[in-house]
Amino acid sequence: MSETMSQSVSFGGVQARSDAEINPARIAVRGLDFFYGSNRALKSVNLDLPDKQVTGMIGPSGCGKSTLLRVLNRMYDLYPGQRASGEVMMDGENIIAPDVDLNALRAKIGMVFQKPTPFPMTIYDNIAFGVKLHERLSKSQMDERVEWSLTRGALWDEVKDRLSTSAMGLSGGQQQRLCIARTIAVRPEVILFDEPTSALDPISTLKIEELIDELKQDFTIAIVTHNMQQAARCADQVAFFYLGEMVEVDTAARIFTAPKERRTQEYITGRFG
Amino acid sequence: MSEEAEHLVKSFDADLKRLRGLLTQMGGIVENQVALAAQAIMNEDAAAATRAVEEDPKVDALEREAEQFVIRMLALRQPMAGDLRRIVAGLKITGELERIGDYAANVAKRSIVLSQFSMPYSLAGLAHMATLVQEHLKTIIDAIGENDADKAVEVWRSDQIVDDMYNAIFRELITYMMEDPRNITPCTHLLFIAKNLERIGDHETNIAEMVYYAEKGEVLPDARPKGNSAAYAVVRQKE
Repeated sequence: MSETMSQSVSFGGVQARSDAEINPARIAVRGLDFFYGSNRALKSVNLDLPDKQVTGMIGPSGCGKSTLLRVLNRMYDLYPGQRASGEVMMDGENIIAPDVDLNALRAKIGMVFQKPTPFPMTIYDNIAFGVKLHERLSKSQMDERVEWSLTRGALWDEVKDRLSTSAMGLSGGQQQRLCIARTIAVRPEVILFDEPTSALDPISTLKIEELIDELKQDFTIAIVTHNMQQAARCADQVAFFYLGEMVEVDTAARIFTAPKERRTQEYITGRFG
Repeated sequence: MSEEAEHLVKSFDADLKRLRGLLTQMGGIVENQVALAAQAIMNEDAAAATRAVEEDPKVDALEREAEQFVIRMLALRQPMAGDLRRIVAGLKITGELERIGDYAANVAKRSIVLSQFSMPYSLAGLAHMATLVQEHLKTIIDAIGENDADKAVEVWRSDQIVDDMYNAIFRELITYMMEDPRNITPCTHLLFIAKNLERIGDHETNIAEMVYYAEKGEVLPDARPKGNSAAYAVVRQKE
């Protein structure tokens, strides 16, 4: 408990990102259009997700930021009438091309949702379930993977003595960290967060933010958030979306102190009409 | 940026307006202090000098009020972008205004001492410098009130003239002191007065830089147009 307290006092080490350099792109979005039926939800979007850095996506509801996340791991394939055109390049491959192996893609690009979505099974099985779909591991290898994932997910110390209990008994914040651990368990390269803390209390939120800060050492991260302060705290680079357009992208420091576009300025200062 | 849309939260606009009001109110008092101080030297007006000094506590009180208000706004509004820049600039500007007020009070105090000496030379140069510093102060306070970056740049550029005048006065006073050692005491006071006016000019350019950054989100270049400093030239010759 005292450890938790000291963490919360120091804000868990979460700090605003500096004006640091933006890394080369891990994913390059070029001229991306997206349609829900005849409704064009993304309008020739260009955006780089820099390698091993955090890209924050902000904008009012319906601006297309969540849609872009759904495109990045082909979630839209589940729904008829939804289609994307343009390029989303990763490792020299256009990931929205029809012949892409979706299972391999989703192992490479993991996603964490707004509401924690633990499976109604034990904590251990929540992690092992996804891993089994992609890899054949021995019992001891799987034990190792579960411990590694939960450690990276900043949850191990809290659950190591009750791995065989139901995940549904965890608190909201713990459930969300479990979902992050589950995403990490298949060792993706990119993690997409869709408003990962909007259902959590402030301390759980800071723990997730600290975790995101840790995770970017190994993963490329995109986070959609309605909380501007969160984008300021977590992101190296921030993209502002409005009505399906990517209006402006720059370092977080630049976007939140001196954005170039008037629409960005009006949105982040709360002047949007 | 005055055509900027209003905040969705109207009370935020009211807060920003109040901060601007505190700054211009403070600016008005400081402006008056400088005017009184100038009057005190030129007309040997001890009453004006006293009034200039007596204004100081009001300026200090306003500075504290503005400071508390800014801290409250930062905590409660969590401003971003242009709002953030203006609020932080506001905090720094109150500090600059307070310094200007101090210099004006110092000039006023010295004018009382000076009135005991006979000065057989013209104070026209000093009077001109004081007028110019007051004009710049008025312009920069207008710039604060109107969020006007162009006016700020105007002040920023024109401080060069004040520096040149200071250098000329410096040379002039040195000459008087060399002519007759009895001039040393009054001229030293006059030198400090000139230096104080020159420093007021520097604080005006600091404010200009802050207003510009708050409006444009970019900083003015480091190098302001600057001439040779006679003061330093003399020091160097001695070395």
